[in-house]
Parts: sequence; C-alpha cells; structure tokens
Amino acid sequence: MKRIVTSFALALLTLQACKQTPGDNAKATTENSAMDIKVSGETETQAKLNPPMVPAAIGNRAAKKVVVHLEATEEEGVLADGVTYKFWTFNSTVPGTFIRIRVGDEVELHLKNASNSVMPHNIDLHAVNGPGGGAEATNVAPGKEAIFNFKALNPGLFVYHCAAAPVPLHIANGMYGLILVEPEGGLPKVDREYYIMQGEFYTKGKTDEKGLQEFDQDKGVDERPTYVVFNGKKNALMGADALEAKVGETVRMFVGNGGPNLVSSFHVIGEIFDRVYVEGGTTINKNIQTTVIPAGGAAMVEFKVEEPGNYILVDHSIFRAFNKGAIGMLKVTGEKNPKIFHKVQ
Amino acid sequence: MFKIFKIFLYFGGFFFLLTACDKVSAFNSTKESAKSDNKEVSINPDVKMVLIKGGEYQPFYGEDSSLVQVQDFLLDEKPVTNKEFLDFVQKNPKWKRSHVKAVFADDTYLKDWQNDETLPKNADPNAAVTFVSWFAAKAYAKSAGKRLPTLDEWEYVAMADEESANARDKSTYSAHLINLYNQKEREKNAVKISQPNYYGVYNMFDLVWEWTDDFNSIMTTSDSRTAEFDDKGLFCASAATSTTDVLNYASFMRYAFRSSLKANYTVGNLGFRCAKDVTK
Repeated sequence: MKRIVTSFALALLTLQACKQTPGDNAKATTENSAMDIKVSGETETQAKLNPPMVPAAIGNRAAKKVVVHLEATEEEGVLADGVTYKFWTFNSTVPGTFIRIRVGDEVELHLKNASNSVMPHNIDLHAVNGPGGGAEATNVAPGKEAIFNFKALNPGLFVYHCAAAPVPLHIANGMYGLILVEPEGGLPKVDREYYIMQGEFYTKGKTDEKGLQEFDQDKGVDERPTYVVFNGKKNALMGADALEAKVGETVRMFVGNGGPNLVSSFHVIGEIFDRVYVEGGTTINKNIQTTVIPAGGAAMVEFKVEEPGNYILVDHSIFRAFNKGAIGMLKVTGEKNPKIFHKVQ
Repeated sequence: MFKIFKIFLYFGGFFFLLTACDKVSAFNSTKESAKSDNKEVSINPDVKMVLIKGGEYQPFYGEDSSLVQVQDFLLDEKPVTNKEFLDFVQKNPKWKRSHVKAVFADDTYLKDWQNDETLPKNADPNAAVTFVSWFAAKAYAKSAGKRLPTLDEWEYVAMADEESANARDKSTYSAHLINLYNQKEREKNAVKISQPNYYGVYNMFDLVWEWTDDFNSIMTTSDSRTAEFDDKGLFCASAATSTTDVLNYASFMRYAFRSSLKANYTVGNLGFRCAKDVTK
C-alpha cells in the first residue's frame, strides 16, 4: 500500500515538474522518442578505416542494428622521427577506429583484448547512457572478449576511451577515439570529411630524443607533456600524409581531444570556420577563428576552402604546435582567386 | 559468474563463522569435508617456502585508517613452473586439458601445450605455468598440501623491493614496475633468474600476474552498491578517491587485472604460487 502511495506521489511530483519547466519536458520527449525508434533492415558491421578517414555518411537511412568490433592492443610504434613508444590502442591506430551511427541505432559492441596483451582493457563511450559508458560491462582480460549492447539516444560527436585502472595511463598511451551519432536524416552533405584527434604523450626523454621512450608518470601528473600531437604521432598529418581538398569544396573535420590533460584551442591558420558544432553537440556557432575542445570532448568544424595553398592545423596554444608536434596540414589545390586573396608586391 | 562466486563466498563466510563458534565440531566437519572433497593425488614439488613475518599493512583499497593485520605465513619462493604443473596433471588426470570441465577452466586452459602431457614447443620447463584457472591453481595447491595466498598476503610481500620490506614510498618503486609490466612475453623466462626481494622471494613482478585466493574480493566483500570499495572504484574518477596511494600505478594495474578475471579464466600471462599457514 505504502508503495502505491509513494509512486502516486512521485507521479504527481513529476507531472508538476513538467508543467513548471516546459524546456525539460521537451528534452524528455526527444530522448523518449529516440528510445522508441525501432530498428529495421539488415545488420551492418562497421568498417575499419584508419584515421584520418571516416566511414560513409549515414544519409537518411532508418535506424538499424550495427555491430562494432574493437580490439585493444599494446604495440610499439612511431611517436616522432626516430622515436618509438609502446602505444595501447583500439584497433592498432591512435586514435582508434571512427564509429559512425545514427540516433536510434542499436549497437552491439565487441571489445576483444589481444591475446598478447599484458593489461586488462575496457571501453567507456561518452555516447552511451549507462553505467561507466560501458566500462564495467567490458573490462576484459588478455585474450578474452566482452560484448555489450547500447541504443544511441543523443546525437553528437563523442569521445570513447579505455577506463581501466590506472585510467590516466591507458589514455596517455593512446586508448581513445571518436563515435559520431548522426541526427535523424543525417548531417548536411559536405565534400570532404576528416578525423583528427589531439592527444599528449609523456616520455622520460626530451622531445625528439631518439630511441624507445618510456612513459614518465611525474610529467603526466604535472601535466608537462613531451609531445602534443594530432593522430598519435608527430607529423601524422604532414608531408605526404597531409589532408587534401580542392578550391570550392566544403570540408568537415571531426576533431576530438583524448587528453589526458590539456584543453585544445583548435585553429586552422588562414581559414575561418563557417560553422562549429560547439563541443560536438547540437548548437551551431558561426564564423569562428579558434574553437576550444576540452579533454574528453570533441567538436565538428566546417568550412569552405576558397583559395589554394597550405593551411596549417594547430593547437593555438602555440608552443605545442611548433615545439611539441600539434600541427597538421590541409593542402588545397585549384584556381587562384585574386578577389579573395592576392599579394600585391 | 561473479554472482555465483559471491554466493559461494557468502556460504563460505557462514561456514567460517560456524566453525569459529564451535571449534571441536568444526574440526571434525572440516576433516570430513576434506575427506570427501579431496580427490587430488598429492604432489610434492621441490620448492623452498619462505617465512614471511607478518605485520600491519595498509591495503591499496580502503580507508586511510584501516590497517590490515597479516599473520606470519609461508610463501613459495617462486611461481609454480611448467614442469611442476605437468607432474600435477599426470598424477591428477581430471586436470588434464582434455578432461577438465568448462566450469573449472575455460577453453584456453593450457592452450599452448602440445597435448595433455607435453609442454609447449620451446617452452622452458622452469618457466612459470600460465593458462591456468583459479580452480586449477587451487587444486594444485591443495594437492601440494598448501593453499593460494590471500590478496592481502600477496600485496604485503609485494611492498618489498630488493632492499626493504616496504618500498612503497620510494619514487622509483612504482615507476620501475610500470615499465616492467609494459614488457611483453616476460612469462617465457625461467623463474629465479632475477634478484630476490627483501624476503628472499623471487619473481613477484617480472614474469606473470598471479592468482590469489580472494582475487575478486574487492567486488565481493562490498555488500551493496553504496559500499565504498566495490569494483566501480577501479573505473574512472572514483578510483582516485578510494585508493590510499593514487600514484601507485603498479598496484592499480594489478587490481584492474584481478577485476577482469573470472575463476575459470585462463590467461597467457597469469600464473600462481602457493602459500601455507605456519604450524606452531
């Protein structure tokens, strides 16, 4: 009896609350409707593309079931020219494979831990509504596999990362990536899409000191990174690996920040972001020079390239860019446009 | 699985309480249950046991004030080796790879052995045995007249480095272990090659992770979700508030590893060693 009374009282309270705050009510409705979206059609197994590439846009497809395979690995790789590091990864890349779904999709996420791993690993997806973002459900020993299901309720660009203890170490070693949940109907079409994620590395040796570099815990705690890089290594987006676009094209960058410590001031030298999905959410800000990307956060930036040339991507905390590696390049080719830009003398 | 284990532990707890209340009858009943359970044929591995002088210690998980008393106990000076485990399965066929029940060991049990009674190709007989479950480790210990060390006992010994019984405050202690733990395939090396610690115990860190008797007690001792030290402490930020030594990353790694295990799991870099009460 007591129970009934309590529930009744609670129900009344809820109703009252709804009346008073129509904003909250509206939000609840959106989430509820996402919850009620039925999945249909064939199950899709998400493709594994290496960054800076992303899977094809979802367009206006209906919600469906999506299977995602991620493997936690521990492997030595290149951090800078002549410098190696023992990275911990999702699918052998830093950042890990870009996951692309839509609101209402039901994801079956398989997290395998490589059999030659030393450590346990797991995954916390910021796109998940549920305990630990999946971390508890996926804590997996070397050689084992964990599977969990979630339904995407909120659209946006979200970070995922390993949350096994000690969490800072797992992130500092490269265990992060992005998951994009597109709204119903998909994001507006653009000509080019790229996947960029900033992260810091803390090594015993100084920046560019050659050889295999060990993790430095003191530098990590003090937030004094040896490297601040895009896509897991110095110059990952430079030279032959620079991003490309043609004059007149629209470019969308999915920019994440794995941290573990620093907040990024993302800027493209010589461009203005026409549109920024602030913090990866639904709010769109226009005509932005530099956008803040928090550690464990993301943003989508969109701009049209009008003039050929090399455009430099930086964290505008500028020592990071020119001394620690937070630099990349977008090469734009095509016809010059003197009306927009030209050197006089 | 955890749930089952939890229940198992609860019953174990009740049993323990009962025995504490009535020592005489408990003695008899233990003896009886030992008789009925003990189907293991005894083995007599040639391993030195080191006397660990007990004392108070600060567990990694717990409140600042809660020191744990560790009694004197004996600990194998090294992890159980391939050779020793082979002898065990030969004498106890139910622990052979082809005979073992899935509830006691998953499908990677002794995975790299060539068959039921042949060690892996190129394996050092004196390397630590791996791909063994908690149940198998327990059975081995029992047949050797021993037991698995408790988590507190293991961590108590793990505080030592080569010179001192408690090296936790040395800045190099954790940093050294993190880099050691980050090296792969260490489990292939023979035991007792590296230096022993303060107690004369070898290979606490440099070869394999090790089972402890109550490996998942962090999860099972907390009685509800409001308890302070359940497994959630190992994830994300909450870990930073519930551990006594937030910079001891090496300990974090061991606890995280243990929390990823189930009792029938067998893993390529997970072995064990045995312990024993001191008989007076």
